[in-house]
Amino acid sequence: MLIPCPHCGTRPVEEFTFLGDASVKRPTSNDPASMDQWFDYVYLRDNPKGRFDEYAHHAGGCRAWLVVSRNTATHEVYGCVTARDYAKAGGKS
Amino acid sequence: MTSFRLDKGGLIDRSSELNFTFDGKAFTGHQGDTLASALIANGVHLMGRSFKYHRPRGVISAGASEPNALVELRDGGRKEANTRATMVELYDGLIANSQNRWPSLDFDLGAVNSLASSMFVAGFYYKTFMWPKSFWEKIYEPIIRKAAGLGTASKLPDPDKYEKAYAHCDMLVIGSGPTGLMAALAAARSGGRVILGDEGSALGGSLLSEREEIAGVSGYNWAQGVLAELASMPNVTLMPRTTVVGWFDGNIFGAIERVNDHVIAPSPYEPRQRYWRIIAKRAVLAAGAEERPVAFGGNDVPGVMLASAMRTYANRYAAAAGKSVVVFTGNDSGYRTARDMQAHGVHVEAIIDSRTESKADAGGVPVLRERMIANVSGGKGVAGVELTDHTKISCDAVAMSGGWSPIVNLACHRGAKPAWNEAILGFVPPETGKAFVAAGSAAGRMLLSECLADGASKGTLAGKALAVPKCRDEAFAVSPLWWVKQSTGKAFVDYQNDSTAKDLPLAAQEGYKDIELAKRYTTTGMATDQGKLGNVNAIAILAEATGKSIEQVGTTTFRPFYTPVAFGAFAGPFTGHHFQPVRKTPLHDWADELGAVFVETGLWMRSSWFPLAGEDWLASASREVLATRNGVGICDVSTLGKIDVQGRDAGAFLDRLYCNTFSTLAVGKARYGLMLREDGIVYDDGTTSRLADDHYVMTTTTANAARVMAQMEFAHQALFPELDVTYVSVTEQWAQMAVAGPKSRATLQKIVDDLVMSDETVPYMAAKEVTVLGGVPARLFRLSFSGEHAYELAVPADYGNMAARAICQAGEEFGIVPYGVEALSIMRVEKGHVAGGELNGTTTAADLGLGKMMSTKKDYIGRMMAMREGLTDTNRQCVVGIRPVEPGDRIRSGAHILKLDDKPSMANDQGYLSSVAWSPMLNMWIALALVSNGRARHGERVRVWDGLRGHETIGEICDPVHFDRENKRLHA
Ligand SMILES: [Zn+2]
Repeated sequence: MLIPCPHCGTRPVEEFTFLGDASVKRPTSNDPASMDQWFDYVYLRDNPKGRFDEYAHHAGGCRAWLVVSRNTATHEVYGCVTARDYAKAGGKS
Repeated sequence: MTSFRLDKGGLIDRSSELNFTFDGKAFTGHQGDTLASALIANGVHLMGRSFKYHRPRGVISAGASEPNALVELRDGGRKEANTRATMVELYDGLIANSQNRWPSLDFDLGAVNSLASSMFVAGFYYKTFMWPKSFWEKIYEPIIRKAAGLGTASKLPDPDKYEKAYAHCDMLVIGSGPTGLMAALAAARSGGRVILGDEGSALGGSLLSEREEIAGVSGYNWAQGVLAELASMPNVTLMPRTTVVGWFDGNIFGAIERVNDHVIAPSPYEPRQRYWRIIAKRAVLAAGAEERPVAFGGNDVPGVMLASAMRTYANRYAAAAGKSVVVFTGNDSGYRTARDMQAHGVHVEAIIDSRTESKADAGGVPVLRERMIANVSGGKGVAGVELTDHTKISCDAVAMSGGWSPIVNLACHRGAKPAWNEAILGFVPPETGKAFVAAGSAAGRMLLSECLADGASKGTLAGKALAVPKCRDEAFAVSPLWWVKQSTGKAFVDYQNDSTAKDLPLAAQEGYKDIELAKRYTTTGMATDQGKLGNVNAIAILAEATGKSIEQVGTTTFRPFYTPVAFGAFAGPFTGHHFQPVRKTPLHDWADELGAVFVETGLWMRSSWFPLAGEDWLASASREVLATRNGVGICDVSTLGKIDVQGRDAGAFLDRLYCNTFSTLAVGKARYGLMLREDGIVYDDGTTSRLADDHYVMTTTTANAARVMAQMEFAHQALFPELDVTYVSVTEQWAQMAVAGPKSRATLQKIVDDLVMSDETVPYMAAKEVTVLGGVPARLFRLSFSGEHAYELAVPADYGNMAARAICQAGEEFGIVPYGVEALSIMRVEKGHVAGGELNGTTTAADLGLGKMMSTKKDYIGRMMAMREGLTDTNRQCVVGIRPVEPGDRIRSGAHILKLDDKPSMANDQGYLSSVAWSPMLNMWIALALVSNGRARHGERVRVWDGLRGHETIGEICDPVHFDRENKRLHA
């Protein structure tokens, strides 16, 4: 699999470390009433077939955290943006 | 010995004479031979013994699918078992030995297995060796291992080198027969970057073996013309001896280039093999088709081979499989063998054709229709055949053709299944998308003209398709021919695993009707050849036995790799000391000079203890502790992760990372920090110092340095991108040493420039930028892990050895000692400081006795989850001290804690010893332990049960701080 890093260009998957679903958002509240949101954030993940946005750390390259969008069934890679841009865009690649 | 070398023809260099040995016997061959062709030319047909029955076996094929002619090639560290003689290029000095025979290939005692063959039917592993159970390990397994199995591995290290490489192209063409050459030429003329790979020693594929014409010249000459043009083009890379073994995501192909397998030893600085990852925008599978054997009695007698293999040996290698040949076929292609052998002057007795009619040209050879070979007579070589009508024909070789199977393997490596094509009686590749297409006979196009046209069309990258040269097509008509049921002898479907045609109906009868189950039950298709020859016959026979169509039965799963790959090729250069880097600290030379014993910690080499003559590790570490606590010691702590954090929001960022607060830390001070994971469990710890308003330097544990850095990058970039902060790992930029003990200040004072060191100028937890040794920039921290009055001094890495030597010199008058990780560890257990044994991924801050550090005034990673009921339960195991009640008793790490009257069991388990040390200060073994509700149990006597080592003692739970509980020494 090849990943188009916005900084480094197209690089082999071996240079990257993955961290799962990028679409989950860390809650901002520390109110105990928000505990359910925190459980969801820490533990609940979907495992979709098809398009999936996933965190990838370019540990063997520029060290940026990226969000790779790929098809989990075919491994076709649709695109890749920095996690920073992804976060600023409100969780969209 | 009679020569079976034909007088003329073949692509061998008759002027060369290559000497080689097989089972110790000397032979000669020519440049251009394979080991198999050279043996055939020398009249050697017996090349191995079969797996279960130890039957004599000869070569079946002339290529990668060979199941029988497997040899141990080379010797010593270069010995390679299960090497296909059909793929081994002959070289001068080649050494090969047959396998799976005892005591000799010619006389094999294991052949008695054939007599007891009812024992070895389908599922024999499961049936025969089940009972009694106790027999398995002692009797059955050793016998099976000795009697069965293939070649033996060399136990010596491989002296050769292997490489890994990447290649990129617009078009990868796999296979260099007529289809592949046209595809490569079309792509190359379109201007794309082309790689043409072929597993053969020479490019040309079937054109090297067949007698046919293209564009008015011989197929061989036409191929040479195309190859010459390709070789002249800068955008084309030709890769012979390169087997494409796998198709992976992103149209990436794995390929093994046999760079130096064809010479006696690789030249220096060259690898034996190279593992390529070829990233192809598009690829064409032009791997051709594999001829199928037929299952009939004695279809494994040496001298019985595929019809196409017999032609290849004659046409390409000028080696005759026999003097008198019978061809057995159910399709037109067998007729070519009859004609070609006749053209070479070999007598062809007859063509046995299972069909009622055929339009193919028999070249004058008698054709016996609607008959089949029932049995082959002969043991170590063919003596004759008996047909289904009981006709007997004498001959010394049999050519067989059951039809052709497109080589679909690569197209199926990503999960798609091939489809049955009734017209050609073969499975054809599944739809694999535009980036990878099959062409020619690999796609089921069985005529030469179709192959040329298909290659031209699939290879074209842009513009007009290539003009297709004219050729004459051979007839191709095929009828089903899988198994001659009238056979009385063993009819093999899978040669390598000795599975017979009868095994499959038996498997079905016993309930293993699914092809995947039947495969495992009969072991059909499970050997090193992965059923390249036998699988389709097996599927057809199983289909009949279960009353299904071949399509309904389907194939088993095709997985990488197409052919066996050497482990060396996967490992590449990453073996021995190239396996992983070695990290030496900036103080390595200093420690080495002082006789340090180094220990691997991750990649680091850490100085572990500094023994004097006659000391073991414990004596050395104990002396180091005493000298440090009584005077002064110096220890290399450079492996701690060091991260420089700067920016307006540096403090705010650290507040998010740690459970305690750093934004309030005064400039010039250090603070211990505890980092949690988002699930509330402790992640890492270390001290962080504030050097300026917007400048911190944090430290991590040695083990977590890289992970913490990655976590920081994630937290900043993905979670808190609004923070204005930058950070960089400076672990390797700074040499850091702990200087501890009552004389530490007096020692350091002698090398620090200007500064007069006192409790006022360098108070406890101070962090100061200073210079030492006349201007060397340094950072001075008053930190203590040992519990002593102590400092840490950091200097730029290149000054490390110099500074450490200077400190040793300065401390000489106080009896300074270097101390290692062992002494460091003893002192931290004496002081009850937690480390790796306690920060073990299951403990909370409260478990470690550090619950008060958790701020309630800010958000930080792990805050919310740490509040969970399960993580705040008072019965959780928390850190305590344990001492043996009898001071002379030894306790060991990992021992479990039980109540005094309880028996050892999971239900009674109270916790375990996480860190144990011999305390030279207390003159006894002491421990830190994780014990249920331990803080409320100080003073309780417990059983310290070490089931693993069979040892038990009585201990007492105590405060984790074993030594100097009042911290008097820290401030002394
Ligand atoms: Zn990158």
